[in-house]
Amino acid sequence: MADKIKVGFLLLGGCAGCEMSVVDLSEKLVDALEHIEIVFWAPTVADVKYNDLESMEDKTIDVAFIDGMVRLDEHIHMAKVMRKKAKTLIAFGVCAALGGTAGLGSLHTKEDLFQKAFKNTPTTDNPDGIYPQPSCLVDGKYDLTLPAYEDKVRTLNQIVDVDYYIGGCPPHHSHVGAAIGALVSGQLPAKGSWITNGKAVCDVCTRNPAKQGGNLARTMVDKVLRTVDGTPDADTCLLQQGYICFGPITQGDCGGSCLNVNIPCRGCGGPIPGNEDYGAQALSTIGSILKDDTVTAQLMEKYPNLAKFFYRYALPSGTLPKRM
Amino acid sequence: MEFVPNIIGFACQWCTYAGADLAGNLRCKYPPTVKLIKVPCSGRVKPEYVMEALAGGADGVLVGGCHFGDCHYKDGNHKTKNRMDMLKKMLGDLGFDPRRFRREWISGAEGKKFAEVITDFTAELIELGPNPLKGGVK
Repeated sequence: MADKIKVGFLLLGGCAGCEMSVVDLSEKLVDALEHIEIVFWAPTVADVKYNDLESMEDKTIDVAFIDGMVRLDEHIHMAKVMRKKAKTLIAFGVCAALGGTAGLGSLHTKEDLFQKAFKNTPTTDNPDGIYPQPSCLVDGKYDLTLPAYEDKVRTLNQIVDVDYYIGGCPPHHSHVGAAIGALVSGQLPAKGSWITNGKAVCDVCTRNPAKQGGNLARTMVDKVLRTVDGTPDADTCLLQQGYICFGPITQGDCGGSCLNVNIPCRGCGGPIPGNEDYGAQALSTIGSILKDDTVTAQLMEKYPNLAKFFYRYALPSGTLPKRM
Repeated sequence: MEFVPNIIGFACQWCTYAGADLAGNLRCKYPPTVKLIKVPCSGRVKPEYVMEALAGGADGVLVGGCHFGDCHYKDGNHKTKNRMDMLKKMLGDLGFDPRRFRREWISGAEGKKFAEVITDFTAELIELGPNPLKGGVK
């Protein structure tokens, strides 16, 4: 079939969890393969190398999915190559879209991170403090190179133009299925938008008091608890119990997965429309439902680093994208 | 050249903005460092506005609202307090000196207090020096 949609996957600075979501489609993926052809999937699944992508003609890939944040010069280079080869580029998962948890690395200096990762962890034996270098001459003749480490984490759209965004850490496989379905049928939204069902997590959450026919009077959060402080009641809204949850401002393409297992939402789905800075919006929303100063003080005591709390998945996309 | 701080002030139209007006009527003296932006309520000030001002190079940001009990919209300033107190801490976590951000309650009758706050804030910012982000986020 000549008219199959050509699809490519590229992993940058991520854990490949988003690609696991694609694999989790299982039989659905097999069905979809009647309509799509995977021409590139690196460095994880297919046995292709980066130079295979570089040697493709421009615009040969119909839809490219890029997952993971941008931290290395190699990531920047490959993102630019993929942009050239692809007609449509999708930032796949919250790392590519907003920076992801790895984006919190921007709150630390490169020196701190290197010391932690390559010297100070209990299982590391590195008394001489040898750190990875971008280039190294071995035996006086072998010039070896490693990708260089940039000073901060970037989102994909800070490097190249992105056509669509898909949130989630990782995106729920049913959402990936719906996105691929939309792709195959050509029913995609306007460029630059998120592929989403357009609902907040609260909208799909079974704990929502509106769905339970319970008390709809506005109740303020009168205490702050962390999940280590006890086991939340499985049927009541977590915010009403004092467990801070970002459901009200997060896209609910996950179907409320975390809420179903008694874990509060931390915002991997990305911001609901009309909101450009996720962490600032989270702070604003939570701030407006805390009952009084003592509860606010309690929150600041329970969560010692608010930047890491509110920007769990979104720091590089924020107004202040790194530690100053 | 002497460093003159650049302060962005978000002022509630019912109190702090009127307070600034009164400071003028009373011929209070204070340094010309603040650029006031009138907002309907201090609760209307999103944390983004403050962060955007700092990201754009402002040396200090002031959010001025009504005293508790005076809010024209009943509880707008309570929200301001919760949000801005958390924002102040978060700015610290993001590597800013939290002293670059102030949340003050200044009523329409407190022209003198407005002048004092600006004088004090300006002096503090001169001590802190220019915003490290002058010239934008890199």
